[in-house]
Amino acid sequence: MTKKQAVYICSGCGIGEALDLAALTKVANKEFKIQDVKEHPFLCGPEGVALIKQDVEAGFNALTIAACSDRVCYDVFNFGPVIVERVPLRERVAWVQEPGHEDTNMMAEDYVRMGLTRIKAAEVPEPYVAENPSKTILVVGSGLAGLTAAWEAAKADYDVVLVEKSAKLGGWAEQAYKMPPTKEPYTDLEENPVPALAKALADHPKVKVYKDAVMEQIAGGPGVFDAKIKQGGTVVDERVGAVVLAAGSRPYDPKKLGYLGYGKPNVVTQSDVEALAVSGDLKNVKRVAFIQCAGSRDADHLPYCSAACCVETLKQAAYLKEFNPEAQAYIFYKDIRATGKYEYFYKAVQQTGAVFIKTEIPGVAVSEDGGKLAVAGKDLILGEEVKIGGLDLVVLANGMQSNAGFGEEIAAQAEEEAAAAKEEEMVQADQIIKSDLLNLAYRQGPEMPALKYGFPDSHFICFPYETRRTGIYAAGTVRATMQIPTAIEDGTGAALKAIQCVEAVIRGEAVHPRAGDTSYPEFFMQRCTQCKRCTEECPFGAINEDEKANPLPERTRCRRCGTCMGACPERIISFKDFSVPMIGGMGKAIEVPEEDEEKPRVLIFACENDVIPALDMAGISRLQFSAWVRVIPLRCLGSLNLIWISDAMSGGFDGVMLLGCKHGDEYQCHFVKGSELAEIRLSKVAETLDRLALESERCRMHQISVMDYFRIPQLIGDFVKRLDELGPNPMKGF
Amino acid sequence: MANKSILVVGGGISGLTTALEAAEVGCEVYLVEKNPYLGGRVAQLHQYFPKLCPPNCGLEINFRRLRKNPRIKLFTCAEVEKISGRKGDFDVTVKLNPRYIKAQCTACGDCMAVCPAERVNDFNYGLDTTKAAYLPHPFAFPLRYVIDRRACPDGCAKCVEACKYNVVDLAMAPETVNLKVGAVVYATGWQPYDAAKIGYYGFGRAKNVITNVMLERLAVPNGPTEGKIVRPSDGRQPGTIAFVQCAGSRDENHQAYCSQICCLATLKQITYIREKNPDAKIYVFYIDIRALGKYEDFYTKVAQDENVVFIKGKVGEITADPATGDLILETENQEAGKTVTQTVNLVVLATGMKPSALEAPVPSELAAADAGGFVVSDIAGTGVGGAGCARKPMEVSASVRDATAAALKAIQATVGGGK
Repeated sequence: MTKKQAVYICSGCGIGEALDLAALTKVANKEFKIQDVKEHPFLCGPEGVALIKQDVEAGFNALTIAACSDRVCYDVFNFGPVIVERVPLRERVAWVQEPGHEDTNMMAEDYVRMGLTRIKAAEVPEPYVAENPSKTILVVGSGLAGLTAAWEAAKADYDVVLVEKSAKLGGWAEQAYKMPPTKEPYTDLEENPVPALAKALADHPKVKVYKDAVMEQIAGGPGVFDAKIKQGGTVVDERVGAVVLAAGSRPYDPKKLGYLGYGKPNVVTQSDVEALAVSGDLKNVKRVAFIQCAGSRDADHLPYCSAACCVETLKQAAYLKEFNPEAQAYIFYKDIRATGKYEYFYKAVQQTGAVFIKTEIPGVAVSEDGGKLAVAGKDLILGEEVKIGGLDLVVLANGMQSNAGFGEEIAAQAEEEAAAAKEEEMVQADQIIKSDLLNLAYRQGPEMPALKYGFPDSHFICFPYETRRTGIYAAGTVRATMQIPTAIEDGTGAALKAIQCVEAVIRGEAVHPRAGDTSYPEFFMQRCTQCKRCTEECPFGAINEDEKANPLPERTRCRRCGTCMGACPERIISFKDFSVPMIGGMGKAIEVPEEDEEKPRVLIFACENDVIPALDMAGISRLQFSAWVRVIPLRCLGSLNLIWISDAMSGGFDGVMLLGCKHGDEYQCHFVKGSELAEIRLSKVAETLDRLALESERCRMHQISVMDYFRIPQLIGDFVKRLDELGPNPMKGF
Repeated sequence: MANKSILVVGGGISGLTTALEAAEVGCEVYLVEKNPYLGGRVAQLHQYFPKLCPPNCGLEINFRRLRKNPRIKLFTCAEVEKISGRKGDFDVTVKLNPRYIKAQCTACGDCMAVCPAERVNDFNYGLDTTKAAYLPHPFAFPLRYVIDRRACPDGCAKCVEACKYNVVDLAMAPETVNLKVGAVVYATGWQPYDAAKIGYYGFGRAKNVITNVMLERLAVPNGPTEGKIVRPSDGRQPGTIAFVQCAGSRDENHQAYCSQICCLATLKQITYIREKNPDAKIYVFYIDIRALGKYEDFYTKVAQDENVVFIKGKVGEITADPATGDLILETENQEAGKTVTQTVNLVVLATGMKPSALEAPVPSELAAADAGGFVVSDIAGTGVGGAGCARKPMEVSASVRDATAAALKAIQATVGGGK
């Protein structure tokens, strides 16, 4: 595309009062040879917008708008398929610097240079549309969540392939006698919906069911996953667009619950009670004790709460009465977690005469009692020991463990060894457990990374379907412990995400969090040295490797964070609108004054997800800070390429600051490891700086959140002060 | 042919999610929010449990998604007045309340600078005031000022004169917009249960009895106290704090259901206090601690703090000592089997959630609500239903999950002629 450039400078919102706009125009005219520069007092107003529109109609297609942040007026400054570069004079300069000061204007001029440099290098991305994409949704596992995902996707008119490892659909829920209430008034037991749902699915024209089948392999990426389904001795190939992992959970192994009496006759699990109810044998049972948290909430067993067992016990206590109105239930518990509207159910079961005993678990003792059973423990409400004897049955509410949590752990060890060999600090490898559920043909390993306790859950509160494998969404108890209505909601939500993913792939767009982005990384392979950094560091496993360690990017797996671009020492990875030379050029476009001018310069690389909004808020709050800094936003700090820092230092900048998201266990980086990788890269630069006799303190990183905006002036101030003590960069002027 | 577009009512975390998830599939979405800004209840929180991260981080990602998505049409200061028709073919009347500032507002702030009048700041639950011409908060989206005309002095037009961009219109009238949509998702969220209704806890009479939502605003660094958790009566840092769980929840005289979030919210707020005050002593009066699933880890972590005491028992009455401003709690300690008296410097009532739809029900014959006011009709079945806390009490991550599911239900309602 031949660019026809125009520049618009807004003088509104205090910009005109703070800055010498003629000097900015001069930068465009003289340094960038752009003669079409227009000033306007209210550029985002109807007249200003019309002015720009007129130019677009006249053929201008690369517009630099020097006004406010691109987080505002995004709708009015949208002119269709032209390149728009926003120079945030308002938030980054006019609102945070002393009006009319020479240094303020130098800052504004630099931002104009940076914007014009960026737009010069930018190209319009062309969406990558995979060949022969599929919209079919593959659902692995047919428990309640899996059945729901399959059913809901089919109801929305999408084809579904459902794979179940056993001979019967329904998973754990299939064997349940009844279900706890899922609707008003939340007091009545419900029929188990699974058999009817399984039948409806088997008959559904849009659903193809494979029973007695497992995933032998899933290769490719969203839209173009090639699934090999092993059924008996044969392997069937299916091309699918997205995957819902709903492989469920298994009850906690009761053999480990000897301390609660398991092994004694008539000490049973919750599943055993369902079987007794289905067979009708429960009518012979009169006195039953339930022991909650059997293995759950216990550091020696499952530290987490299994979420469903309280309501399941309430359900079993309720139908015990249906079988036998004389029956009596005793429930030993720590807390009854009948959350939300299940409170009504709890109350209803209390009214049936069930006795609830708050106690310590472990701490209760189960003993044989003349052919029956007895449970003893301290009643924390009465403050005394109680012993309930003459029991026909003791039920252990034995919790659940994700099916993704069973299997050998890979990666961690191999990566540790590799890191030790290279003597390099690396981010901790994802925990991947070979659970044999998906068998992904991914360099990073065959399954979804586990978050904690083997659950491949999302790390994000705001984004519960955010997984580290694009287009694969975990749902139901494979992902987290949950109650039955939650598993149904979860299966439905995961189906939506899967559908959304296939639609995005067909449009050639990225999925969350850069939804709608049509750019993607391109590799200039002639210069690749097979160093494997890009393949190792991609947080989403988007890049496979051939046997010679050449990267094989799977484009539809890519989330467009640019971590690969930051990792590449040969700088062969670029996006059309985001590249190493482009960002490097922005840094080089900044004028670094000579040492005797006593105007230090600090380059800040900032994460655009958290830090840029924080800087905008600093602007809105009119917080003043040092005039020496210049900020370059990055898609993610993970896209930081070290050449930018070495170029800045050799170009005479006095310091470089990285501002990114919090990392560690509670990381906030939306690309998982970006800010952590940047910090590791920075530590490497420190060694280089030391060798050049430049103080490594000249580069510093801070983790800040979007709400830390009021800290920014202080952080910058402290750094500038330290740089002042160190004196000017001796490389200035070279 | 069914109308494929979707109306989402409520721009909090649930509504925002439903709107974005549906729009990213490819649907046309109308998002209607009654406040002048998006983000709803979560925008007023300091941090989320259990990660203790700021809600604005996730909201920023969502706003970014919204900015990039041409398929969402956003209305703020807007309310749905009427929904008629049937699944796949609804006519909706939306009332746009006047903001008194036009859409071209640049957020320069000149109107606020000259505004002589003040109003109670509802964003901070009345803990401070703003000017009558105000920006709801620095992270407001859309970033535009609003004028609270009820607070304007008669005849004052200072803001009109100050605005260089001519966007203040003090005579702005309400407008009506008619929409045609195939499905409607109600994500109108919740209101804190009115603590004044629990008379024996002294809220409204005793200054140092506050609610959990107010504590969020005290903890937030850009809040009314710049993040200092202090007593409203004297601005001093409390040394002893009592949390009263189930304040109005699990109670037949108030709301019979469990509000789901209050246990974890209290655990989270304990971390706020303990971080700022290493000597603070905290008492939690509870019935059950309902930390489901992996939230148990968070409970375990907080419970390890020696300065935090969990007491199973319901608080009977709270009275204030007029001399000190301290509060005297009459409580039962079930585990010790006796009645105890506890004096503390500050009481936090863990009030639960009341669905907003209780007072502002869905204006459609097809929608169904339960006795508590939660919207329970099935979106895919009737074309109108609830998502998130409009449907039942739930925490943020569950709301997002539910709102994502609601997007699919809404799409189903518009598939194949809305059959």
